[in-house]
Amino acid sequence: MTARNPLSTLKSRLAAACAAAALLLAAGGAEAADLNALIWCDHSDPTLLEPFEKANDVKVNVKEFEGTGAGLAIVDQSQPGDWDVMVIDSIDVPRGVEKGLFEPLPEDKLPFADLFPEVKMDKSTVVDGKRYGITEKFGYNTIGFNKTKVDPADMQSLASLTSEKYKGKVAIYDYYLPVIGMAALAIGKKTADLTEADLPALKAELLKMKANAKLVGEVTASQTALATGEVDVLVGGGEWVTAGLAEENPALDFSIPKEGAVLWSQSLAMFKDSKNKDMALKFIQYIMSPEGQARLATSSCYWGMPANTKAALTDEQKKILRFDEQPGFLARAQAYPAPNADLDKKMQDMWTEMLQAQ
Amino acid sequence: MSVSGSNPRALPWALVTPALAWTLLFFVLPFIAMGFSSLTAHEGGGFTLANYSQFFADPSYWRAMVNSLEITAIVTVISILLAYPFAWILAEMVPERWQRLALMLAVLPFWTSYVVRSYSWLLVLAQNGVINRALTGIGLIAEPLQLANTRFATVTGFVHFFVMLLTLTIFANLKQLSPSYRKAAADLGAGPARTFLHVVLPLTLPGIMVGAFLTFVLCIGDYITPQILGGNNELVMPQLVMMQIGRRGDFPLASALSIILMAVVTIAYLACARWLKIERA
Repeated sequence: MTARNPLSTLKSRLAAACAAAALLLAAGGAEAADLNALIWCDHSDPTLLEPFEKANDVKVNVKEFEGTGAGLAIVDQSQPGDWDVMVIDSIDVPRGVEKGLFEPLPEDKLPFADLFPEVKMDKSTVVDGKRYGITEKFGYNTIGFNKTKVDPADMQSLASLTSEKYKGKVAIYDYYLPVIGMAALAIGKKTADLTEADLPALKAELLKMKANAKLVGEVTASQTALATGEVDVLVGGGEWVTAGLAEENPALDFSIPKEGAVLWSQSLAMFKDSKNKDMALKFIQYIMSPEGQARLATSSCYWGMPANTKAALTDEQKKILRFDEQPGFLARAQAYPAPNADLDKKMQDMWTEMLQAQ
Repeated sequence: MSVSGSNPRALPWALVTPALAWTLLFFVLPFIAMGFSSLTAHEGGGFTLANYSQFFADPSYWRAMVNSLEITAIVTVISILLAYPFAWILAEMVPERWQRLALMLAVLPFWTSYVVRSYSWLLVLAQNGVINRALTGIGLIAEPLQLANTRFATVTGFVHFFVMLLTLTIFANLKQLSPSYRKAAADLGAGPARTFLHVVLPLTLPGIMVGAFLTFVLCIGDYITPQILGGNNELVMPQLVMMQIGRRGDFPLASALSIILMAVVTIAYLACARWLKIERA
């Protein structure tokens, strides 16, 4: 047994006291038979949840979060068994496994054979031979643009993002990992091979992008900027920005430039301490079913490609998501940067420096 | 109910206990937890001062504090300059029977969601927004100005909110001012300008300072307005705090930055303390 740091002990007891109080207020009407899901906003769409609730006579209680750190903090402040399933960045599944949170998934009960092979993400979702996450949705951090305002041919190269031609017409999506990934592609580096030695070159590229940009915005701000014509190009944008707006603004589009794009993917995981594992598995099976995949892909919060090739999308939806072009896109896409904790911190500090640059 | 025969000190303590318990539970305990968290390493959990030293060693971190202070100072000064004449007109020139309605109209912006109000400003200030369209329409400018996603936009969003707050505190102060002060000044030969500068303004200073302090505290700790209107072209302290939490969940560093921000607010309080007394002479 190791002696605990007294600071840590006091901190954890205080945190536990605060968390207990918060849970009393927040957990409200949750019942044991309910399914409690920590999710991203695309899972809170009633058109996605209601068919599952009706079919299984269960209430799905959802709690939205942004960012793996914030999600894991909610789990830290909860009691074991409070949560049944979690949506998580595929590259962060090992963080949950390391904390002992997740239950291995039964591969034979899930449609792994139907997934796009490139998005299975075994490097992240399989730990010590056991699969802890299943990719449910994916897409690209690439170039989103208004095709009536820019030359679509320019959007086939990342060099356009830093060209004088588009100065002041560019927005940058405010999330450091994918945009650093795009900067890596722009300077000819593979996203999977990034090390600390690459940071100066990446920083120089980011500063060039910032100098050309009008704003750096989170999801809503960058989407609004592109949709209202404040900017014509979104660095880091993709189908997740343009597809949901296709009906009202068909001029919005995305490209996979010749240098490639960054592949993002989100996974579903089941909690080891879930008191409702059967229902949690049913929920994952529903989300991965052709119907669940179609509803998740076209969720009102944001659209994205379903991981299941058999998703029951309409022809129009497939066209908007450019479903048939996926094999080509996937072949050119590179992995989301997955730095270790130390490099991650350095990358975030580099991002802070870029944001503060005038 | 009679309290005679019981301890005369018991009743005040009984009355104040709920407020003390509330403060202990929802301020003191979380603050202590945050203090301990700020002295803990993100990786490993041991004692460290690194979270504080990072703030002072990294220029992009303390630049956030400089940005926060600059924006807060600009917002506070502009809000006072706009709110004082507004409160004066309300208190002195609007008939008594219309004052309540006028005050209600003045605080109408408080009734809308803070987030919605900020996004509305974004649309007003955007390249295709009302202001740029009007200016280009009347031929004053050829190309749209960049108003949104700038410090100007952040300051505008803040000032819109805080002018109302300051108007209320200054109006209350002006209404409490006895007309005899001005009559006495006039009897002694002071003109309106001299009376205002040497009598009215000093006597309404507490109202200004209370409003200014509230503006300072709310403005320096605000995340929403700079996030929506500033376009992330510069970071302020609350944005820096939030950045530590999102993906990496670095609560120790976020706690240290929050405590540094609280220290600045405390210094501002001490600077204003002489004007923030509740009792009146």
